[in-house]
Amino acid sequence: MTRNEGLIFERSSPGKTGMELSALDVPPVSAKELLGEEFYRSEIQGFPEVSELEVVRHFTRLSTWNYGIDTGLYPLGSCTMKYNPRVNETVAALEGLATDHPYTPESLAQGCLKVLAQTARCLIEITGMDAISLQPAAGAQGELTGLLMMRAYHKDRNEQRRYILVPDSAHGTNPASVTIAGYEARNLKSNDRGCVGLEELGRAMTEEVAGLMLTNPNTLGIFEDQIQEIARRVHAKGGLVYMDGANMNALVGVARPGEFGVDVMHLNLHKTFSTPHGGGGPGSGPVAVKKILEPFLPAPIIEEDAEGFYRVNHDRPKSIGRVRAFYGNFGMAVRALAYILAYGPQGLRQVTEDAVLNANYVLAKLRSAYELAYDAPAMHECVFSDRRQAQHGVRTGDIAKRLIDYGFHPYTVSFPLIVSGAMMIEPTESASKAELDAFIDAMLSIAREVEEDPQIVTSAPHTTRVTRLDEATAARKPVLRWKP
Amino acid sequence: MYPEEFLYTQDHEWIRVDGNTASVGITDHAQKELGDIVFVELPQVGAHLTAKESFGTVESVKAVADIYSPVTGEVIAVNPKIQNAPELVNSDPHGEGWLIQLELKDRSETDRLMSAEEYEAYLKGGAAH
Repeated sequence: MTRNEGLIFERSSPGKTGMELSALDVPPVSAKELLGEEFYRSEIQGFPEVSELEVVRHFTRLSTWNYGIDTGLYPLGSCTMKYNPRVNETVAALEGLATDHPYTPESLAQGCLKVLAQTARCLIEITGMDAISLQPAAGAQGELTGLLMMRAYHKDRNEQRRYILVPDSAHGTNPASVTIAGYEARNLKSNDRGCVGLEELGRAMTEEVAGLMLTNPNTLGIFEDQIQEIARRVHAKGGLVYMDGANMNALVGVARPGEFGVDVMHLNLHKTFSTPHGGGGPGSGPVAVKKILEPFLPAPIIEEDAEGFYRVNHDRPKSIGRVRAFYGNFGMAVRALAYILAYGPQGLRQVTEDAVLNANYVLAKLRSAYELAYDAPAMHECVFSDRRQAQHGVRTGDIAKRLIDYGFHPYTVSFPLIVSGAMMIEPTESASKAELDAFIDAMLSIAREVEEDPQIVTSAPHTTRVTRLDEATAARKPVLRWKP
Repeated sequence: MYPEEFLYTQDHEWIRVDGNTASVGITDHAQKELGDIVFVELPQVGAHLTAKESFGTVESVKAVADIYSPVTGEVIAVNPKIQNAPELVNSDPHGEGWLIQLELKDRSETDRLMSAEEYEAYLKGGAAH
């Protein structure tokens, strides 16, 4: 475990090659003459000269350092690190789906268009909305797309509105998207239950406000149970309600945002609908809307005519335009559809119930050792504060690093910002009870260490190749590339 | 701990008024809560600031926070050292780590700010950043 791995550049020895090209059997051509002097160089400075086996070993060893959902429990709150079923990959690799070109004529691409149309239909059914675009390539791009549609809607009604209300518990992307969309974010302070308070909302919601952007359940894992009244008050002043669908894993098959007052929302296929995160990505952030916003959806949209023929409709005069090439990350729609169809309505409801049950199990088992940020029933995740441990000089980041020694990926650290020393845990439905118990035992064991020997926690991790990195210097004076 | 000649906001900024001009920074409590500060974004000289509105951001290894102007006024100086040495906000938040200097528009705006004593009481009351 403790053996570190050098850079591939450091393994280089002059003259070594990974492969030998066969002898030239055609007349040689001068690349310099062909390309011109300015595009030619005789050598790439510092390019590593290594054998094939050295390359294979180097990257194989590095790959074993990875911690992914395939390695173990990944309770990173707010990220919904659920299992990515292998059958999704099999489906996405089917020849007709994996190799079709986006410029294939409609008549020859009916299968792929049907996959997109059916994915759209399923997501509309799940969210209770009226229409959807699968184009946005990530949650944050979905947010921007939704906000641009809100803007287009108000403009279409000849209204000038400047502000978007954002609760102080929101994901950081929310105010960022608001700013990029040309609005100004106005902070809504959460009430003592960690939710949007009606009084605070009443004060902030004026006719200068284009809408409210909220996450439900919110980032504390608490369901905004006043959501219908919240939406009513926003609508009464002519505003729209945007829902960040990051936490949809708590609602699928149980509650539909379209029925509790939401006008526009995004989904994260790479969270709720089991497509891979990060390196296994890419992401996908479809945006679903109510009828009033449908004319503004990104173009094109896919429509089925009376004969069951799928057409790509570019004739969308009020559309905000394209937000992504072609139809978005098509492969993610395929995987999400495979997931939805494999589970079916009852199965998806069960997934939600299991995700909520798992989070509440963790909450119930850990509340004796860690202080709950807000004492309310959890949805799909629970948030503790490090207040008790802080008295021994141990903060949330220390506990997270100690978890690595116990073989788990850390929870989400220091978010949401409204909780001092937040520890945000989202087990998802993928965790078995045995796995949850092992995680809970680790957390309880760390809580005991904090009281008996805090130093072992504050100096963690002890089992990794590198321990505490100098994050501050790395951020202040970043070295972004290797140089010889 | 908190200089007596400064005034403080609920958002953890300090202001030191000197005649018609003032220096502004974030408090020791704010820098402690944020942790190691790695980047500070500040307005240009000449920018007009409105009381209680954000004029910049502080980015630490764990969070990005808005900085709110305690008063209305025009920026007359920006701490030239901060760009390359944001750690000054950590090491000396009330001194070398000052952020901007302002020309005040309305001195009476400072009336609603807290004294050092009031600010310390406010912190003890469990103020969250």
